[in-house]
Amino acid sequence: MTTQPSGPVGASPAAYAPLQETSPTFVGMPKFPKAARAELANAQQRKNLRHATHTIRTKRGNVVREIDDWEALRVAGADLKDEALTHLGDYLEQLESSLTANGAVVHWARDAQEANRIVLDIVQSKHVDEVVKVKSMVTQEIELNEALEAAGINAWETDLAELIVQLGHDRPSHILVPAIHRNRSEIREIFLREMGQVGRPAPADLTDDPPRLAEAARLHLREKFLRAKVGISGANFAIADTGTLVVVESEGNGRMCLTLPETLISVVGIEKVLPTWEDLGPMLQLLPRSSTGERMNPYTTMWSGVHEGDGPQEVHVVLLDNGRSHVLGDRLGRQALRCIRCSACLNVCPVYERTGGHAYGSVYPGPIGAVLNPQLRGTASDIDKSLPYASSLCGACFDACPVRINIPELLVELRGTVVKNAGNTPESAAMKAAAWVLSDPKRLAVAQRAATTAGRLTGGKPLRSIPGLGAWTNARDVPSPPKESFRQWWARERGKGDGR
Amino acid sequence: MSAREEILQRVRGAVADVTTPVGQRPVAPARTMHDLSDAGALELFAERVADYRATVIRVATADVPATVADALARLGCRSVVVPSGLDPAWTAGLDAAVTVLPEVEATSHAQLDAVDAVVTAAKVGIAVTGTIILDHGPDQGRRELTLVPDTHVCVIGADQVVPDVPDAVARLRPEVGAAQPLTWISGPSATSDIELNRVEGVHGPRNLVVVIAE
Ligand code: SF4
Repeated sequence: MTTQPSGPVGASPAAYAPLQETSPTFVGMPKFPKAARAELANAQQRKNLRHATHTIRTKRGNVVREIDDWEALRVAGADLKDEALTHLGDYLEQLESSLTANGAVVHWARDAQEANRIVLDIVQSKHVDEVVKVKSMVTQEIELNEALEAAGINAWETDLAELIVQLGHDRPSHILVPAIHRNRSEIREIFLREMGQVGRPAPADLTDDPPRLAEAARLHLREKFLRAKVGISGANFAIADTGTLVVVESEGNGRMCLTLPETLISVVGIEKVLPTWEDLGPMLQLLPRSSTGERMNPYTTMWSGVHEGDGPQEVHVVLLDNGRSHVLGDRLGRQALRCIRCSACLNVCPVYERTGGHAYGSVYPGPIGAVLNPQLRGTASDIDKSLPYASSLCGACFDACPVRINIPELLVELRGTVVKNAGNTPESAAMKAAAWVLSDPKRLAVAQRAATTAGRLTGGKPLRSIPGLGAWTNARDVPSPPKESFRQWWARERGKGDGR
Repeated sequence: MSAREEILQRVRGAVADVTTPVGQRPVAPARTMHDLSDAGALELFAERVADYRATVIRVATADVPATVADALARLGCRSVVVPSGLDPAWTAGLDAAVTVLPEVEATSHAQLDAVDAVVTAAKVGIAVTGTIILDHGPDQGRRELTLVPDTHVCVIGADQVVPDVPDAVARLRPEVGAAQPLTWISGPSATSDIELNRVEGVHGPRNLVVVIAE
């Protein structure tokens, strides 16, 4: 696969191949509209998702409003990530040298296969048949658990939600709350049925009371934490000038995995680098508030190598590319690498709210997944071709994003790539028509008048489908057109005089 | 070519269009520092820590030992592990009611797992977020001390509380080569993974008691 990203591209693009390989799990995954239709049929999931996203959204809004200069923080966050990304080579070298000075061993991996090989070699040298893991997107991306299991090593996920997903032989459906599609009685059944197969069984009188379920997980996992010899993690941030790695979490399973085992292996995407220690100031304000809607998450662990007599006495860091340098070569698209995986964009996305994470066919769901997956994997597969369309372009994701990634802009750009590569399809024709309308203010005004006329005619009911856009609207609730366009409202309310 | 060389070459090629020198990012507008007097910061800190369902107790420095003993008794703790550099006065009167295990004698995970509580000092507190930060100096112990037992009693001096996150970050810059770990704690461990119900005490301590010594 050597598809190059569209749009302005950095120098000598030929140097960046190969892209990230599409995982075999996702090859043959139906494209988004089809997968979404199946997920939409799942009423329970829709209900859970709606509840979850709305709850987190409200909490986030409240704690963001507490900060009077939130916008300045967002700008600082975007700037510092851009600084790290545009001088990534220098900062990676600095990170390597400070980590090494702190007693850690640094490895480099071009792709998933190479990273898995490195981790497996270290694990096997310790003669163990199990490892404990902190929830980490990057190890899901490279399918490390599967690689370890193929070599006869059990990888225990220790985040409660990941445990539910793992015991349920399932896939995560949200970055932050991966088991959001499961309700308490399902969780109880999974615990009763599965825990005994892999360790301490759930108590026979287990109820579906959340504190009882959490207690069962605590007992089941504590046994594993206390005996584990090897822990595996990702990192939220890797600070170049001090060589510090950072993991933010809530449950304490992170602290357990990061400090109890004798050996710690952290797989870190190269885009996780922050230039300086002081950059933690803005980041540790932006991340928890955007992510869980808290002023600060319960636990943050920072480590920078081997601290004598405290914690793991052997620390490995695997710096992973796996398509990231390729994304970096796209001048417009590189902003997606600022992503700190807070999941704020998922929680505000009307498409995600209805379909859940599985429909995106990747570990990165929601708006950022719709951007990142086709960037990392190219647009050759059906799923990656359809992902740029898995959005209503309402712009809520951009407003929510703590590092100001312009997701709608990137989606439009990627749609262009798909259309260019695919020739004419009904979707491309519809999108071209939209581009024709949107590119000229006069045409847009005419179209909006037409749409608001339709709004008066439909009496504000959601449209089930739009003529000519049939298949495209099947799996989407198209919002009812407003009775008055924004432009009409603006002209009426602020029209003359106020020239701002 | 090694993976290292290849990745560095790729990332450098990918940003060949960039002309700004390293380290020259736009200057972030000065963060309006929370305009908190020392007393205001302390007030807010106490309020925000309590907001996380931790117990907050404000006492005169002289009353710390009695307060610690009382907190342990109320939570029914019968054994406590103590970091080697902790002010001995804070735990002096405990022996009668509680088994005190010095850090150096708690050598295995299993031993720690059998202990009810830990008493430590702290390095920094953050008012706006209600966070306590441990740098695991001698009065705070190894990281597992404050992780495995069910109850953590943490004593923090009023002068250790700063207004906001950037102030704390400024006080904590680690030295390269020292590999100093840090643990930031905001309330007891918690999960919201089951239908978004908040449940405290999943894997870390279930009870967090913060004693503010003024
Ligand atoms: S794109 Fe922005 S909002 Fe979405 S997960 Fe990444 S950082 Fe968060």
